[in-house]
Amino acid sequence: MDWLSSEIWIAIRLTFTLAFVTTVLLLVVGTPLAWKLARSRGRWTDIATAVVAMPLVLPPTVLGFYLLLALGPGGPGGWIAGLWGARTLAFTFEGLVIGSVVYSLPFVVQPIRNAFEAMGERPMEVAATLRASPTRAFWTVALPLARPGFLTGAVLGFAHTVGEFGIVLMLGGNIPGTTRTLSVAIYDYVETSQWREANILAGGMAAFAFLVILATMAIDKRFRRSAP
Amino acid sequence: MTGWRILAAALVAIAILGPSAARAGKAHIAVAANFTEPAKEIGAAFKAATGHEAVLSFGSSGQFYTQIRQEAPFEAFLSADDERPKKLVEEGLAIAGSRFTYALGKLVLWSRDPGLVKGEETLRAARFDKLSICNPVAAPYGAAAVETMKSLSLYDALKPKFVEGANISQAFQFVATGNAEIGFVALSQVANDAKGSRWVVPQELYSPILQDATLLRKGADNPAAIAFLAFLRGPQARAIIIRYGYDLREKE
Repeated sequence: MDWLSSEIWIAIRLTFTLAFVTTVLLLVVGTPLAWKLARSRGRWTDIATAVVAMPLVLPPTVLGFYLLLALGPGGPGGWIAGLWGARTLAFTFEGLVIGSVVYSLPFVVQPIRNAFEAMGERPMEVAATLRASPTRAFWTVALPLARPGFLTGAVLGFAHTVGEFGIVLMLGGNIPGTTRTLSVAIYDYVETSQWREANILAGGMAAFAFLVILATMAIDKRFRRSAP
Repeated sequence: MTGWRILAAALVAIAILGPSAARAGKAHIAVAANFTEPAKEIGAAFKAATGHEAVLSFGSSGQFYTQIRQEAPFEAFLSADDERPKKLVEEGLAIAGSRFTYALGKLVLWSRDPGLVKGEETLRAARFDKLSICNPVAAPYGAAAVETMKSLSLYDALKPKFVEGANISQAFQFVATGNAEIGFVALSQVANDAKGSRWVVPQELYSPILQDATLLRKGADNPAAIAFLAFLRGPQARAIIIRYGYDLREKE
């Protein structure tokens, strides 16, 4: 595959690593959040729902700008970076992970929450009458029942992170192997008139997006059919 | 029904306002990011002097070059180099004979920290984590920064510390927000700001940054675009350009 330069391979590997780490973190953070949102009612739930959904409508430049300040020496990110002697979390892989987690949060939380809600109260009540503790019921009843939501959330979160551009551009500094993701590489190639490379990558991304959508449709169909 | 009424009202408004707006004259100008501040001032002075309006877009020269080749609606181009305007003329996208050097760019090593930048020795000591530059392929100031470090034989040593902005504005913003301690930016960006510390890079370390302007094919028949380029060569614009730390070509 020497028609793809090593530079492109580095960007591909970085992008998929970033998407993988982000998705895993989002499943860990997003599951309790989705559970809480699905189980409670009231004004605070509405406010929390709105906050979680905000990255859907906020321009990436807004997130990028706030993150650039927050991750820098004047913000909490700078303080955290200070723990290992650095000055800022911007221009680092960790910084991009933080940005991606914020940016892709609704894409993971929403499908999981929907799955928890679709399940209804009944299975948890039944589990309780069988003397399962709430924790045990969550692990053995709720989680397996919400599996399609987790699958959809993971696929969407992963794909959305792969496609992230504005935040990476504003925070990254275009460092090969650390912050130069595929979308930034494409931008770079277009800016510098390297259209062959831009074409290869852009075409690859379009094909990837198509497959992701097909996959979510397949997940949806399969579980709908197997649902009782 | 109301939808149609609003549409009709809008059409009438366009019919009334349109021609007068066209008479006032408007030119769409693509401006290299390093020239953002002076271009805004020159645009305001231009409007005061001629009544024409210069609609300015800012970005890297490479980005504009690509966009102009894709029929972007720009009528004049103020590049940060002389290569791209030259190529546009060769490709028939810019008007031959309209090209001239409006400014000589100056590179500066800059930090927000008042004590950090002392001169060449600051680069040699390299007591910083991140050095901000702009994309050396797309932006001439990035190329000049790379050339400077190569002239000092420091390029390989400093390369791991690079962070790259898509254009000179972003390279500046990385330093301005403190995320990078130090960076190569355009003198024009810090010329009117005494804060921080700086080293104006001596000209012998990098090839002169000839910033050329050219009339584009789309603006060939637009009096406002032609007038803007004429104004850019005039004494009023030249005074603004010098105030931002650029040099000018002797003749003109």
